[in-house]
Amino acid sequence: MARRKINWYKYTSPASFYPLAGKMIPFFAVITALLLAVGLYIGFFVAPTDFQQGEAYRIIYIHVPAAWMAMFLYALMAIYAGLGLAFNARLWSMMATAIAPTGALFAFISLWTGSLWGRPMWGTWWVWDARLTSTLILFFLYLGFLSLQGVIEDARRADRAGALLALVGAVNVPIIYFSVQWWNTLHQGATLRLGRNASIAPQMLTALLIMIAACWMYSITVTLMRVRSIILERERRAPWVAELLGGTK
Amino acid sequence: MLATLRWVIQRDATLAWRGRAGVLSTLIFFIIVVSLFPLGVGPELSVLRTIAPGVVWVAALLASMLSLDRMFSHDYLDGSLEQLMLTPQPLSIVVLGKIIAHWLVTGAPLILMAPVLGVQFDLPPKALLTLVVSLALGTPALSLIGAVGAALTLGLRGGGVLVSLLVLPLCIPVLIFGAGAVEASITGTSAEPHLSLLGAVLVLALLFTPWTTSAALRISME
Repeated sequence: MARRKINWYKYTSPASFYPLAGKMIPFFAVITALLLAVGLYIGFFVAPTDFQQGEAYRIIYIHVPAAWMAMFLYALMAIYAGLGLAFNARLWSMMATAIAPTGALFAFISLWTGSLWGRPMWGTWWVWDARLTSTLILFFLYLGFLSLQGVIEDARRADRAGALLALVGAVNVPIIYFSVQWWNTLHQGATLRLGRNASIAPQMLTALLIMIAACWMYSITVTLMRVRSIILERERRAPWVAELLGGTK
Repeated sequence: MLATLRWVIQRDATLAWRGRAGVLSTLIFFIIVVSLFPLGVGPELSVLRTIAPGVVWVAALLASMLSLDRMFSHDYLDGSLEQLMLTPQPLSIVVLGKIIAHWLVTGAPLILMAPVLGVQFDLPPKALLTLVVSLALGTPALSLIGAVGAALTLGLRGGGVLVSLLVLPLCIPVLIFGAGAVEASITGTSAEPHLSLLGAVLVLALLFTPWTTSAALRISME
């Protein structure tokens, strides 16, 4: 079978990535909707009630994916930003900029849902648990990235300054994580832990995995949509944008 | 290279000494912030003793944030930073010199002042010693990490607040180990692991941040 050679480098140019992203968005959006529907259905109606935590445990179907996404997206953002900085590729820097708000959103969601879950389970909205604290700090790192990029007017400088900050943050994340963990264990002996000691029921796991996949797909969809508007905004003086906008008018 | 380093330190320290008010205000800020806590929390010595490590460390962190703005902005405004960047010497050496000078004029006075403030909080002598050692290891790390933020926000509107927003989360390990060391020595356990970790953070920062800061300066200056 003769394989057709695709010139992948072509798609590192904003002008050719823009229509490609446009074609991919509906595809990913449909998958997101399907996975969300299936995952929520299994999570709410099929998965059994937890015998220790009752119905309240069901919040993990959004909490756990959100917490994972917040971490993955920071790493992904740092990688894109680093590639953009190293190869001076505009599109990759734009991808990093497009990922950041979604990552911050997920960090916030995981804090918010965690606190909602903590109220009935632990009897308090917030504990200075190592995981909670490090997620909070991750959220702060996102905010720093967003506000640095927001303040810088020159797009090129914003990309590169943001990239450097993201990379420094990425190097720091493990150090922060371990320091917070040690700080916590040094302060208080037994911390509150997730209440399920036994392995979780298979339906619960299925629902959880589907929800994680749904959150991935959602992130891809939203990032692509955002990167499209960033491309248009930055390239508004380029001839191809004028042609595009003129054509749709 | 060493000559360059010495020259930059000397130049910045002299400049800072000529404009003493700016340097002193950092120290006074530190003293005032620490002195505010007993007024807010109440004069119970047992309470003050438990919060003292955290209070002194957070105040030191804030004081060093406050002065970061001064590290590059004067030289940036009068154009001498551009001249420094054009010198044939490696930029990271120049940057390291500026960071050391910044620490000498803002970090070092805090270390000297800290025992006096510790006495206000009724810290035992051994804890006072740990406080000084932890600050001596920690404040240079704060200056080093802060330099990256100062370079990234150079010449931006609202840079002063923004730099804190960027740098404070990155400084959390320093705060944890620094305050942890003092607390350990109050409760009678060994402060050594905390101090070793603090030293490790300092070494890492010393290795990477001059280089990162010069990259950030190049981004900001072009």
